Amino acid sequence: MTLVEFRGVSYEIAGRSILRDLSLSVEAGETLVLLGRSGSGKTTALKMINGMLFPTRGQVLVDARPTTDWDPIKLRRRIGYVIQEVGLFPHFTIGDNVGLVPKLEGWSAADIENRVNLLLDRLGMPPADFRLRYPRQLSGGQRQRVGVARALAADPPLLLFDEPFGALDPVMRLELQQQFLSLRRDFQKTSIFVTHDLREALLLGSKIALLTGGRLDAVAPPQEFRRVRTDEARAFLACLDN
Amino acid sequence: MRSDLWSEILQLTAEHLLLVLYAMTLAIAMGVPLGIYLSRKEAARPWLLGFASVMQTIPSLALFGFLIPIPFIGGIGKRTVIVALVLYALLPILRNTFVGILGVEAAICESAVAMGMTDGQLLRQVQLPLAAPTIMAGIRVATVTTIGTATIAALIGGGGLGVFIFRGVSSLDTAQILAGAVPAALIALAADGGLGWVERKLSPA
Repeated sequence: MTLVEFRGVSYEIAGRSILRDLSLSVEAGETLVLLGRSGSGKTTALKMINGMLFPTRGQVLVDARPTTDWDPIKLRRRIGYVIQEVGLFPHFTIGDNVGLVPKLEGWSAADIENRVNLLLDRLGMPPADFRLRYPRQLSGGQRQRVGVARALAADPPLLLFDEPFGALDPVMRLELQQQFLSLRRDFQKTSIFVTHDLREALLLGSKIALLTGGRLDAVAPPQEFRRVRTDEARAFLACLDN
Repeated sequence: MRSDLWSEILQLTAEHLLLVLYAMTLAIAMGVPLGIYLSRKEAARPWLLGFASVMQTIPSLALFGFLIPIPFIGGIGKRTVIVALVLYALLPILRNTFVGILGVEAAICESAVAMGMTDGQLLRQVQLPLAAPTIMAGIRVATVTTIGTATIAALIGGGGLGVFIFRGVSSLDTAQILAGAVPAALIALAADGGLGWVERKLSPA
């Protein structure tokens, strides 16, 4: 089942072309990695899925419906979103941050509490210790874990990740990557993951889409990516060798 | 004579406080919503900020003079004074409201929108609480300025502590000037301290 589909999507802003004729689909259960350098259009593509941006040409379909036909609020509440800067609310406790979308969706207080406890526990942050703390009292890695818990809170079928581990130290990054894999096994979510790190793409992706200059350069599963022969793919593969 | 002076000080202080209170209530009631509006409508910013800035650059004495001949809001008396004070207080409140809202970290607002918050939820649950210390700072600055400016009210029959000051200046009576200036300064200090405390209470960190 196709969950997300880009159909000939272009995006221009102020005369600058950010995406050109992108066509790509994401099946349920997949982890699509959008790989590319800075400015390749990968974040722009991601933001079109939850209606933060809309194509200037073409369509993005979520559940076979163009994003322009969705009520943006309804669409976004079905899609978890994790960004590098995390963006936790500094005036909310960790518990309230994680329970944000369930609360917006009108869950009962007891259901929210159960869900928050389950997720914090699952991410290795004992709720008794962490629920009532504030984001500023947490380390960068802990904050990003809370970011992931918040994205999973209302049990959305689709998750978007925009270089979520980019600001973390290498040890912490690997730890969170492993956690991502184990969460994926447990929760069976479809994910779209933006990164400029080929190692991360190979580790986490079930399909890698390489973007360059706003165009789709290549799509391949990780085990076949090493055989892709485009210039851009070679440039990325060269980084692996040192 | 002594007790006369004291009771007059009390009466004029009360009058002064009331002028400031009315003016600040109106300025906050107008400035905060206008600041919120500006945070949503970029096109309106140069107009409204320009208007508020021009108001602040007019010397206060001249502004009172301009207002007197205007029907309904002008004339001699408290109403004209309050209108002028509101026009002065508007800019710091308006500016700090929208600067405070726009100053909320972009990643926080992006997350809020991406989580599916409506614009109203974003404003009430995220932007206003996080902008509150900045808004409060604007209110504090405006209040302290208004307490000082309100002394000029006496000149157009608005009463307040300025009555002492103008009487003292015209009769070269330092005691009279001090009877007006000292309470005004004390009120300003108290307002600055009190509102500064509220401002710190509103800061999340």
